[in-house]
Amino acid sequence: MSARRVVVLGYGMAGARLADEIRNRDPEGERVALTVVGAEPHPAYNRVLLSAVVAGTMQPGSVRLHDEDWSERNHVELRRNVAARRIDRPNRTVELDDGTTAAYDSLVLATGSRPWLPPVEGLVGDDGEPADGALAFRSLDDCDRILDAARVGAPVAVLGGGLLGLEAARGLAGRGNRVTVVHPAPHPMERQLDSGAGRVLARTLEASGIDFRLGRAAATYLPGDGLKLDDGSHVAAELLVVSTGVRAETALATEAGLAVEAGVVVDDALRTSDGRIHAIGDCAQHPAAPGGLVQPAWEQASVLADLLTGADTASRYRGTSVVTRLKAKGVDVTALGDTAPAADTADDGTEVVCVDDPARGRYAKLVVRNEKVAGAIVLGVPDAAATITQLHDRGIRVPEDRLALLLGRGLPSAAAAAASPADLPGSAIVCRCNSVSKAKIVDAYRAGASTVDDIAQRTRASTGCGSCRDAVCGIAEWLTSTD
Amino acid sequence: MTLTAATPSGPDVPGAHDRPGRRGGNETRTDTHCPYCALQCGMTLTPAADVAPREFPTSRGGLCQKGWTSASLLDSPARLTTPLVRTGGELRPASWDGALDLIAARLTGLQAEHGRDAVAVFGGGGLTNEKAYLLGKFARVALGTSQIDYNGRFCMSSAAAAGLRAFGVDRGLPFPVTDLAGADVIVLVGSNPAETMPPFLQQLQGAAAAGGLVVVDPRRTPTAEQANVHLAPAPGTDLALALGVLHATVAEGLIDEAYVAERTAGFDETWRIAARYWPEHVERITGVSAADQRALARMLAGAGNAYVLTARGAEQHATGVDTVSAWIDVALAHGLPGRAGSGYGCLTGQGNGQGGREHGQKADQLPGYRKLADPAAREHVAGVWGVDPDSLPAPGRSAYELLDVLGRPEGPKAMLVFGSNVVVSAPRSQRVTDRLEALDFLVTADVVLSETAAMADVVLPVTQWAEEDGTMTNLEGRVLLRRKAIDPPEGVRSDLDVLAGLAERLGQPAGRFPVDAEEVFTELRAASAGGVADYSGVTYERLRAGEALHWPVPAAGHSGTPRLFLDGFAHPDGRARFVAVEHTGPAEPPDAEFPLQATTGRLLQHYQSGAQTRAVPELAEAVPEACIEVHPDTAARAGVAVGEVATVESRRGAVTAPVRCVPSMRPDVVFVPFHFPGGQRANLITNPVLDPTSRMPEFKVCAARLVPAGAAESAEQQGAGGAS
Repeated sequence: MSARRVVVLGYGMAGARLADEIRNRDPEGERVALTVVGAEPHPAYNRVLLSAVVAGTMQPGSVRLHDEDWSERNHVELRRNVAARRIDRPNRTVELDDGTTAAYDSLVLATGSRPWLPPVEGLVGDDGEPADGALAFRSLDDCDRILDAARVGAPVAVLGGGLLGLEAARGLAGRGNRVTVVHPAPHPMERQLDSGAGRVLARTLEASGIDFRLGRAAATYLPGDGLKLDDGSHVAAELLVVSTGVRAETALATEAGLAVEAGVVVDDALRTSDGRIHAIGDCAQHPAAPGGLVQPAWEQASVLADLLTGADTASRYRGTSVVTRLKAKGVDVTALGDTAPAADTADDGTEVVCVDDPARGRYAKLVVRNEKVAGAIVLGVPDAAATITQLHDRGIRVPEDRLALLLGRGLPSAAAAAASPADLPGSAIVCRCNSVSKAKIVDAYRAGASTVDDIAQRTRASTGCGSCRDAVCGIAEWLTSTD
Repeated sequence: MTLTAATPSGPDVPGAHDRPGRRGGNETRTDTHCPYCALQCGMTLTPAADVAPREFPTSRGGLCQKGWTSASLLDSPARLTTPLVRTGGELRPASWDGALDLIAARLTGLQAEHGRDAVAVFGGGGLTNEKAYLLGKFARVALGTSQIDYNGRFCMSSAAAAGLRAFGVDRGLPFPVTDLAGADVIVLVGSNPAETMPPFLQQLQGAAAAGGLVVVDPRRTPTAEQANVHLAPAPGTDLALALGVLHATVAEGLIDEAYVAERTAGFDETWRIAARYWPEHVERITGVSAADQRALARMLAGAGNAYVLTARGAEQHATGVDTVSAWIDVALAHGLPGRAGSGYGCLTGQGNGQGGREHGQKADQLPGYRKLADPAAREHVAGVWGVDPDSLPAPGRSAYELLDVLGRPEGPKAMLVFGSNVVVSAPRSQRVTDRLEALDFLVTADVVLSETAAMADVVLPVTQWAEEDGTMTNLEGRVLLRRKAIDPPEGVRSDLDVLAGLAERLGQPAGRFPVDAEEVFTELRAASAGGVADYSGVTYERLRAGEALHWPVPAAGHSGTPRLFLDGFAHPDGRARFVAVEHTGPAEPPDAEFPLQATTGRLLQHYQSGAQTRAVPELAEAVPEACIEVHPDTAARAGVAVGEVATVESRRGAVTAPVRCVPSMRPDVVFVPFHFPGGQRANLITNPVLDPTSRMPEFKVCAARLVPAGAAESAEQQGAGGAS
């Protein structure tokens, strides 16, 4: 039996991951003959790391997912700098823009998404691309352009206060740029955060040098000058970063007559309306997959690799449980699940616990339903966020003390309370290494051991690791003082 | 450093002087070392068996309760003083000649019927170098069996394999323990020395004072309580955490680029994997916040001197070798190994866990850390032994694989066990017990009637540490002489004596198996000469003179090698290897049926299987039995209360013990210490799935559930008819 010919259109995070997953299951290419077509000239790279490139802590080379000889080592026919022009479904071929065609048994669309540009006067050039000095923050080339254009200290405007816009803003502020975020909603990240959390987030980011213009839309873009907002005010910017969302790249699918809504419609086997064509990642639309995130794409790649290689023909993609994390230095934001339950929740066993501490940049809201985490928003309490996320992901019952959970490490330690030797119970172990209780030390003292060394001699307290020596000393002093 | 523990000359502890001074009133104190862990704390012993701590670099005059009470086992009522032979179903006293004759006859008969490999040998990491060496020689030469392995497989094997592939040499700490005192950051991964080697904590005080003591452990252990930073990953996710820290190191521009370029190889491939483990992603896997991962990367980068140290928590997994590799990768990214004052190390557990893995009681190994499969190694060692290289058997089965095949058609029919209590310490203990029962003939050599000895056909009473000379190699690769301080009880013989007596009865020429420890050591020196762990320059004379000799010591005039790798690593190109590893997680994830994760470990008062420490009254009184540690909510939801007896069940069995509620526990984790026998054996539930490289079982995590005692259905019974 000859290998199944699989052609993957797209060499981004989804396409590259799919190729890796296929080769993990079929290293020698015995079951799948793999062709990957990518429009960008670079090897595939990790989009998640672009903010580190902008921040200047990572070299562009370090964000690559594959090295130059990856395709050769892994028996993959890689066509870079080539775009697909048309899918010929009856003949099962793809026409490429270099004039060649690729024949497939199975075709995978991993074409991703493209930035959506809002209707701002002057923003879009005649070619449909952003005008001079404006760019989306999506690709390695965008990073290069940001680094070229945004000299340190220069004013930069970021249009869009969603997750990616804020990450870009924080990265630029970290480089020393004066950053203004223009956002139409009353608080940033309004899709994930309630107003309390959004307020704390804006305040925290303002402390790192980012200005916000909230509840305002941009009206006009003037290259080199900045933005004019809908209230007539002006935002100075030598560079404009647009981060107002993306749209699935579906042109090929539409043209080929596949079912397309916001994205290419797929089922749990990642099949489009043509059973020989699959779609994964940002270009695909699955009812339980949120868009714009890498995790669903990777989970889909794993399932599809199972199916295409025959490693597990029962494998299915059932959706991704999303945990939103803002990856920005000094700002810890986590949002997951249903964070806005109906106002009256007592009847259905839903509890909402909230801590609001804006002065210290902390906000935490926990929604518990049937003893499980139904949703949460956590700002500025990273260890609590990590714990809550584990409870959520693993379906673990929430501990009874909900408030302690939200406070995380901020919870006052029980150990600190027992500082006074007088308050320790007699059974309290003072020297763990030698199982010496306070009562034994008191007995030794009463029997004439008045110094720490005498007590050590008699009880062995402090003769192990020595870390209780101060405590033993404190007990001896307390006993002396009460004599 | 002023935290050195007080060192009183002798304790006035109730009971300490109750012991009759059966060995006379001579007040001469012999310098020796504690019989338990790899720290080998310095102590002195009088002929009346009074212990006192003494200054020694690793322990700085400290002793824990185990050390202070160690002498009580010398004249304990639990002590075996006569050979026992099973007759009419019971172990009855026998003469030495009778016991040894019987063993030789049975082994000879079984080998004649079933072949050489019908007899297996199982050793231990507590045996002296001399015993470990002679045991390996006995198996390969006197028995001619390939079936020998030891309990270090359950202890050090993952770190050893990872150290070998990264550095080309495995020595637990490739630097003296005392170097740690000068570090401002120390990261302990899966290590709980506050309970397992308490005096070691003195070496961590510098880092603690600098705010740089970091403990990675799913539990808030006594060590974690003393740390400046405690990171608590979910059980079985240490590897992912290391990848997150490595990622943060690179993404924040904190990597030591010059070091990576000049002294390492393999970074690019490692980064391709680590690049996919950004801290937020790793947070979801581990439960350790992205902020904490980044903070750790920054601490390591900002440290003047830093160490990464792993122990069993990282290593006792089916992915133990890869987990250690991932942490070594972190250390390499920060330029730590092979730099004076910084490094990576593994904290060895058993007293001679280091020496025990170097001298040939491991299935694939010959003395000097040589490989049994290497023709040059076979020729060298065969030359020292005076046998034909072709007569040496091939590598045999690893510990659990060996135990699992005992008494089966393809497996050994008889086994000799020295210094190990596999009924308690091996994973899936009910299965191991069943396999031991299936043997035609089981022999143990031990100081007390351990749970394994109780199953034997012949039990041989042997000497213990204070009653014999012998060398131990401690956690830093330093060879120590443990001197005889006291005469053994009447009727007890040394393991060396036992091996010599058996060898002679098996037809070996007189003198091939010496009984004098120094004589055996002289032979070991020759056998190790030219090997990785070269002891040829170590002599009893130099050790008696107090020389601090860390191997390799390749010549009599050589002063030893306290610090390895300063000039280069032991690979041909002198570079350390990054190893690209991927997180896969526990072999048995929790599910609806078994929703908790059980993890096993140690308590301060007990050592390993507890065979020794449970026989020490003061320790047994302090901690008489096992406990089940859980979060209070987890206990309440299971319908069990503090102090009540409950059962932790897995697919392999159930362990029953009183419940202790610990608010710092993760609500999805249950902890059981493994020192206890019978129905309290933690290993009744553990998962014997093995690491593909080290053959280490997954002691540290399995799926489990908590139920009130009596409510448990026996999973072992349910599964008894099925496949494993």
